[in-house]
Amino acid sequence: MHPAPSVIIFTTLSGLGFGLLAFLCLGYPSMGGLVAFVFFAIGFGLAIGGLLSSTFHLGHPERAIKAFSQWKSSWLSREAWLSLFALVLSGIYALGRIFFDIDLAIIGLLSAIFCIATVFATSMIYAQLKTVPRWNSGATPIAFLVFSIAGGALLSGQISVALPLLALAGVIQILSWILGDKAFTQSGTNLATATQLTLNPSEVRSFEAPHTGTNYLLQEFVYKVGRKHSSKLRIMGSILAFGMPIIFLSLPFSHFIALLAVITHIAGMFIIRWLFFAQAEHVVGLYYGKR
Amino acid sequence: MTLLPEKTEKKLGLVIDLDTCVGCHACVVSCKGWNTENYGAPLSDENAFGAEPVGSFLNRIHSYEVTPADKPAHLVHFPKSCLHCENAPCVTVCPTGASYKRVEDGIVLVNESDCIGCGLCAWACPYGAREMDPIEKVMKKCTLCVDRIYNENLPKEDQVPSCVRTCPAGARHFGDLGDPNSDVSILVEERGGTDLMPEQGTLPVNKYLPPRPKNQMDSTDILAPYLEPIANEPDGFFKWLDKTLDGI
Repeated sequence: MHPAPSVIIFTTLSGLGFGLLAFLCLGYPSMGGLVAFVFFAIGFGLAIGGLLSSTFHLGHPERAIKAFSQWKSSWLSREAWLSLFALVLSGIYALGRIFFDIDLAIIGLLSAIFCIATVFATSMIYAQLKTVPRWNSGATPIAFLVFSIAGGALLSGQISVALPLLALAGVIQILSWILGDKAFTQSGTNLATATQLTLNPSEVRSFEAPHTGTNYLLQEFVYKVGRKHSSKLRIMGSILAFGMPIIFLSLPFSHFIALLAVITHIAGMFIIRWLFFAQAEHVVGLYYGKR
Repeated sequence: MTLLPEKTEKKLGLVIDLDTCVGCHACVVSCKGWNTENYGAPLSDENAFGAEPVGSFLNRIHSYEVTPADKPAHLVHFPKSCLHCENAPCVTVCPTGASYKRVEDGIVLVNESDCIGCGLCAWACPYGAREMDPIEKVMKKCTLCVDRIYNENLPKEDQVPSCVRTCPAGARHFGDLGDPNSDVSILVEERGGTDLMPEQGTLPVNKYLPPRPKNQMDSTDILAPYLEPIANEPDGFFKWLDKTLDGI
């Protein structure tokens, strides 16, 4: 799949932002006034910035409001609603914290639930696609949720929670790579089922593509650049996103080291999210003799 | 609404005969022509006369080489357009309701004025039936020529999809696959028509007729016996002639 920067930025930043907002709305850390303002500003900045970034890959962003209409069937539409609820509720909670120094606990709890639900809806946009076997598994929502919560714990300074969650996130990422690498073959879709010309996929090959140039399908779904570096990038991504923050957080606390932990985590998550798209193979590539 | 209808009154679709298709791409051209001039945003091309032209098409013809273990290889031309699936994954993922499946005839369409161009429907389609128009930035797909098949202003023989009308080999057939007595349903029954990627659970309406079995021959080349080197000793008159000439 084509790793569009707008979608990578969106999933990475909004995942982190909603994770952070969930912790803040549960009262971790408990604070008020200017400190609360700064924390919430970071949370809203990441969440809203990510959501805005996602509109850049739309052909007609001016019609984006219509995406709220199909929540009965579409995970993208559900994500729109859930993110709206999450932002409005956590906005109310944040106002209470910043200006009145009160803890609207029930609204805070609801905000946290909607924040996490938003991340779940985002993950289901990818996990629902049978056409992309690597994504079409329970591992996708689990990974998105754990990354978001671990990132939220890190950004909100909940070190004792962040340490085990970052380790767990690393394990889940490695497991989902191991499972994901087999997913396409195990999906049972191959050129033989795609063409119905033979039962044995080794007996059929693409002889000629329908067009000499490229097209939307090849640009969007058959992305091979950088795949040869994937194992190096996996190691780099895991060390940056999970390994280094764990080391930094284990050191005696200082704000500078905490900042380093956050920066390496975000950098690593961008690499991991880039791989999430770049390594995903769509079954339509089979028709072109490509993956 | 992007919920799929539980049942459609008809299942209009295409039956594509892989035995007959000659791979001429005439259906591709006529499809592009009709759907550029009629319903919906025109099918645009970018850099059409440049080094790397890109454009949107609703119908594309692949070619596959099949090499069975015990038979000679053969080439199969493979037209592919929207299969108007009963369980269309492209419809349910649409966040705006722009994609829908019609209750009356099962055609899957895009309401272009509602399409935000997010591309998720194309992600959900295993067949590559949907392409984002590079200029209009809305999703384009086969409409089964909905503006021809019900168009009373056209002569009767033109009230079929443009690709079907154009095919010089008669490899494309149009009809109601929900009616077991329709010509297309009988054809599918007789020829063993199949679904593409049945494991994806899309329940495509369009069916593909497999190439008919080729004639079986004992030898790969009927001329081979005549090409064998003649090393036999001559007999009769020629034996005498051979000997006599050798003796001279």
